[in-house]
Amino acid sequence: MNVQSSTTHRGGWLSQLRWNRRVRSRVVSVTAHLFMTLLSLVFLIPMLWMVSTSIKSRAQTWLFPPEWIPNPVVWEHFPRIFEIAPVLLFFQNTMIIVFWNVLGQVFSTSLVAFGFARMRFPGRDLLFILLIATLMIPYQVTLIPTFILFKLFGWINTFLPLTVPAFTGSAFFIFLMRQYLMSIPFDLDDAARMDGCNTFQVLFFILLPLCIPPLVIVVVFTFIGVWNDFLGPLIYLNENTKYTIALGLNLLRGRNRTDYNVLMAASLLAVLPTLVVYFLAQNKLIGGIASVGLKG
Amino acid sequence: MSRQARREAIEGYICISPWLIGFVMFVAGPILASLLLSLTYWDIGSAPRWVGLQNYVEIFTNDGDFLQALKVTLTYAVVTLPLHLVLGLALSLLLNLRLRGMNFYRTLFYIPAVLPIVAVTMLWIWIFNPEFGVINHLLSLVGIEGPTWFHSPRWALPGLMLLGLWGVGGGAVIYLAGLQNIPPHLYEAAEIDGANIWRRFWRITLPLLTPTLFFQLVLNLIATFQVFTQSYIATQGGPLQATFFYMLYIYNKAFGTLRMGYGSALAWILTLIILAVTLLVFRSSPHWVYYEAERRKEDG
Repeated sequence: MNVQSSTTHRGGWLSQLRWNRRVRSRVVSVTAHLFMTLLSLVFLIPMLWMVSTSIKSRAQTWLFPPEWIPNPVVWEHFPRIFEIAPVLLFFQNTMIIVFWNVLGQVFSTSLVAFGFARMRFPGRDLLFILLIATLMIPYQVTLIPTFILFKLFGWINTFLPLTVPAFTGSAFFIFLMRQYLMSIPFDLDDAARMDGCNTFQVLFFILLPLCIPPLVIVVVFTFIGVWNDFLGPLIYLNENTKYTIALGLNLLRGRNRTDYNVLMAASLLAVLPTLVVYFLAQNKLIGGIASVGLKG
Repeated sequence: MSRQARREAIEGYICISPWLIGFVMFVAGPILASLLLSLTYWDIGSAPRWVGLQNYVEIFTNDGDFLQALKVTLTYAVVTLPLHLVLGLALSLLLNLRLRGMNFYRTLFYIPAVLPIVAVTMLWIWIFNPEFGVINHLLSLVGIEGPTWFHSPRWALPGLMLLGLWGVGGGAVIYLAGLQNIPPHLYEAAEIDGANIWRRFWRITLPLLTPTLFFQLVLNLIATFQVFTQSYIATQGGPLQATFFYMLYIYNKAFGTLRMGYGSALAWILTLIILAVTLLVFRSSPHWVYYEAERRKEDG
């Protein structure tokens, strides 16, 4: 575009541009909305199918073409789940494991990230690079020896292999938390120390209350990750009474391979807690993923 | 070192000690142990027997399962990695439009990424049901007779790929964050210079997004080689080993037949493959990943 002519006819050119923009943005917005609605269906249809199957009568389930609207609405599949397997126990087991993981991750992530962000000690930067490097290590290479280690400890068929490692932190969370701590001014620490706080008081009373956003991410990601984990419980838990929800779902399927009403009802129950947590935290969560995703 | 500096150093080590302990016990130790284990025959019951490189020799010369597992895993990676990248990026560009209700779409698209994979797999088994499933119904509407999906050696793997693509919103959210970090003045300047939307995408959006794309590519790559649960639940590697993922093979060897040494050797080979591919991606990055800080240096 010729720069000189556009500066000489500035007024007319600008209003022309504005007009074009308005028309174009209208067109773009209508098509975009249409498109987004269609796209939403792709993401929604599977979930609606799950809900629909879970409250449909058996007779209505085995129809082709499938019927989407349950008629009549049938609730009997939900109580059936509890008859087939001790699902409440599975929920309880999962909650216990989730609880210790959340506690462990919050504690260790805060402490370790604080060490890397705020303290000076020989080898710190090298160790931090090491920590980042562990993000790239595929877990299968440590899987077998770790299993053997826990077997030596006599921890097989207990929750310990699934909870204790959380107290050593995870590289991903530590990294996230450190980045956040780095953005908090050091003056704050200095002032608190001047007032007589020791190092750990600075961390727990001054800095952590300012770190709610990354801590929410640690809590939510840990919750969802542990709730959804399958391989860990599969390897370490071998008695039905110790099963988590993920294992329980698989057990349910083993016992009722083709009863899709019950399977979908159970899946729905298994999905609900993560959905609730996700909806409660989704704004902070997505922002947090973002901040990590960028620092690659 | 002054007294104060020494004190700070000690406190620093105390702070990072949980991670250090974890690193030794759950990362560095096991990696070394796994290397040693891979040189033994061990079924847990008896004492491990040193066999040198025999496991590796067997894997490379006389193990059809290994080749099949590698083939399945690589096929899955080669097909899904670019798809996830392109579709995730496209989705994020849509989500970046200034539209009312965008938060709703963003929340919706991300949901599949937070659902338990066991439940998701169960759902898709039902969706892919050859006779009563939704997919084949939708296909029949456009006159296509759907395949038998997880029951078909040809369509089981594509089925698992589709299942994975349902979670594409997970990547899109990360790209979206990258997009929102691009300074708007660049677009304004380009628009005034007469650059159309296509040019703006290729000259501004894409270059400035390459660090995010790079990061995602590396993470997706590692995740792809670890696919396990979907195939374990939906197909058990079948039919005819069509979905026999590498991780499933490791699991079967180590925890099914209790061949810990052989399983460790398999795990090491996979790790080296991942490392090699990751290094390749890293080495290629100067040619296509654009860091703004670097360019400023050159300009100055």
